[in-house]
Amino acid sequence: MDVNPHTNSQDYRLDEPLAPKRTRFEEFWRLFKQNRLAITGMVFFILFFVVAIIGLALTSGNDPFLDPALVRLQEKLRPPLARPNFEMLQPNEVPTLGVYVFGTDDLGRDVFARMLQGSWVSLTVGFVAVGIAIIIGIFLGGIAGYYGQRHIRINQLIAAGFLAAGAVLLITDLIWASAGFLLGGLTCILLSFLTKKSARSKIRPAWTRFWFFNTISIDTLVMRFVDIMLCFPSFIAILTVVALLPASIYNIMIVIGLTSWMGTTRFVRAEFLSLREQDFVASARALGLNNFRIIFRHMMPNAVAPVLVSATIGIASAILTEAGLSFLGFGVPPPHATWGNILSGGKGFIFDAPWLTFVPGIAILIVVLSFNLFGEGLRDVLNPKLRERG
Amino acid sequence: MTENSILLSVQDLKVYFRSEDEVARAVDGVSFDVGREETVCLVGESGCGKTVTALSIMGLVPIPPGEIADGRVLFRDKSLLDFNDNEMQQIRGNQIAMVFQEPLTSLNPVFTIGDQIGEAIRTHEDIPENEVTRRSEQLLKDVGIASPAERLSDYPHQLSGGQRQRVMIAMALACSPDLIIADEPTTALDVTVQAQILRLLDSIQKTRAMSVLYITHDLGVVSKVADRVCVMYAGIIVEHGTRQDIFKNPKHPYTQALLASLPNREKRGQRLYSIPGTVPNPAYKPSGCPFHPRCQNAIQTCREQYPGMCDYGNAHNARCPVVFDGGRGN
Repeated sequence: MDVNPHTNSQDYRLDEPLAPKRTRFEEFWRLFKQNRLAITGMVFFILFFVVAIIGLALTSGNDPFLDPALVRLQEKLRPPLARPNFEMLQPNEVPTLGVYVFGTDDLGRDVFARMLQGSWVSLTVGFVAVGIAIIIGIFLGGIAGYYGQRHIRINQLIAAGFLAAGAVLLITDLIWASAGFLLGGLTCILLSFLTKKSARSKIRPAWTRFWFFNTISIDTLVMRFVDIMLCFPSFIAILTVVALLPASIYNIMIVIGLTSWMGTTRFVRAEFLSLREQDFVASARALGLNNFRIIFRHMMPNAVAPVLVSATIGIASAILTEAGLSFLGFGVPPPHATWGNILSGGKGFIFDAPWLTFVPGIAILIVVLSFNLFGEGLRDVLNPKLRERG
Repeated sequence: MTENSILLSVQDLKVYFRSEDEVARAVDGVSFDVGREETVCLVGESGCGKTVTALSIMGLVPIPPGEIADGRVLFRDKSLLDFNDNEMQQIRGNQIAMVFQEPLTSLNPVFTIGDQIGEAIRTHEDIPENEVTRRSEQLLKDVGIASPAERLSDYPHQLSGGQRQRVMIAMALACSPDLIIADEPTTALDVTVQAQILRLLDSIQKTRAMSVLYITHDLGVVSKVADRVCVMYAGIIVEHGTRQDIFKNPKHPYTQALLASLPNREKRGQRLYSIPGTVPNPAYKPSGCPFHPRCQNAIQTCREQYPGMCDYGNAHNARCPVVFDGGRGN
């Protein structure tokens, strides 16, 4: 049969088989559904989201629906589901729900309200910290993977050295010295631009050969930096930094983010090393796309699957780290409730008021477990090699 | 051929790859021209430098380890090798486009083909989105894909090999380039699809008045599409002429041996001829004529002297003085 579509495009349409069209997302969902644990994880994942957002709405503002900071000393250490003692309370102190769902703590504050407030902290710390880690990880991993074989040259080192020295002196208020160094750095950059052409030619003076001498490759630079960062026991490093910085939720997020990007960097670099040799990258370059578009539009979506998985599991560990810091008293400052400091406040009363320990402990357990299960489910679906064949 | 009808001119191009202790001379002094609306075929065995030649025209040779040691590439009388990255990006895809060997892996698996064709257009032209879609659809129609509007939202894995190669060609055509470099576009396809793709490239070339630089090891393909043929061996062009010259009147022993190893009706039932030996390692080429260890006509001079181009007139050249002198003298 002649299948030249130029002559009979109408007939051609008839024997076109109509396979059901599935997008990638539908295919993933079909596979994901089969993994019950992952589905459970995802349900809790969504539930946690909803609870955290509702919690923020109910516990913030001047006159919150549930006040996590309201102290009722006469009602301290009441067990979960206890009815409040109405004779002892002022009208404005009566809990809105008419019952202490998770009991009260040693200052008579409603643990339910405090848990809701803390869930928002856990959510934001988890997502923002992992967001920071992933942005750094993708950036450095992408550079190491794509430009890794290029070398840093002497001229770049000298220019960077001048600029760094200038910046340090600027901070220490030595304006003139710093201006000199900065000017030196700019001169180096200018000189590099001017001598760039001559570096390509065959005959070149000896000093330009030194000037453009290759030192270490970018890959070595980035990956050894990763190794150095991994050498620190990160929790201790975080403790040190947090002890030096003023305690605030933003510092915690940033510090956790800055100490957990190494895994992502390694993932992304490994993916990029294999992707850059792929034919579609060569064909994208043959279409005249610039490096930026090739990295971020063509290679990144192909490398994003393992990153997504490590992000989900990373959120869980960020939540754990934040709870640990708050438990040790280095986390979010006290009037604000987090799961970690509810836990730490309850440890003194663990036999008299076990709910103060159990409620945040179990909440952390469920959230971390569900994130890990969800992450593993995602990994199984996104990595065809790990798919279980039924 | 007159001077101003030359679109691409490669002059004495040398591309070397350096490693720790050896230099692989992948392309070692290649010169050829591609005229306007002409199809030129680069033919040769695997590893003879065809693809590296194509990549260095596009400026896609990885440097390092690659190195353009010498030579010039003139495209419309502008030297491409002197262009910087930005200027090259303006040329790639826009004026010179490339079709790769493996349609199965040359499309990005995570984007629809509509995205990818659209990107080829958007990279070089600033036109509104609905115009991009209309153009993409038209391109798919031009390369003979049925119901193009629906195919635009397909992912590469939903298409067959032939369809994917058509999509690759559509992407190459997106900005109406003057020159298409087709690097073994039919090697990964089966024979029936191969014929369709060849016919397609041929008809597109005629309707759009483009030049095609066709890189292949398949002499069957060459005999169908080529206007002129350059036969490459071990990084040099050993013979160069029109299709008739090469197929009817080959002068270089290598070309003759290649043609002798083709199956045809007369040789039915006989064992096919094969050239003894293998292509030399590009880092350790024989002295003198690189083909002499495998050549039946080799004499002492071949071992010592690098052969010059011998002119047979009418732009037919072969790099074999032995055959040239023999043909004239005796």
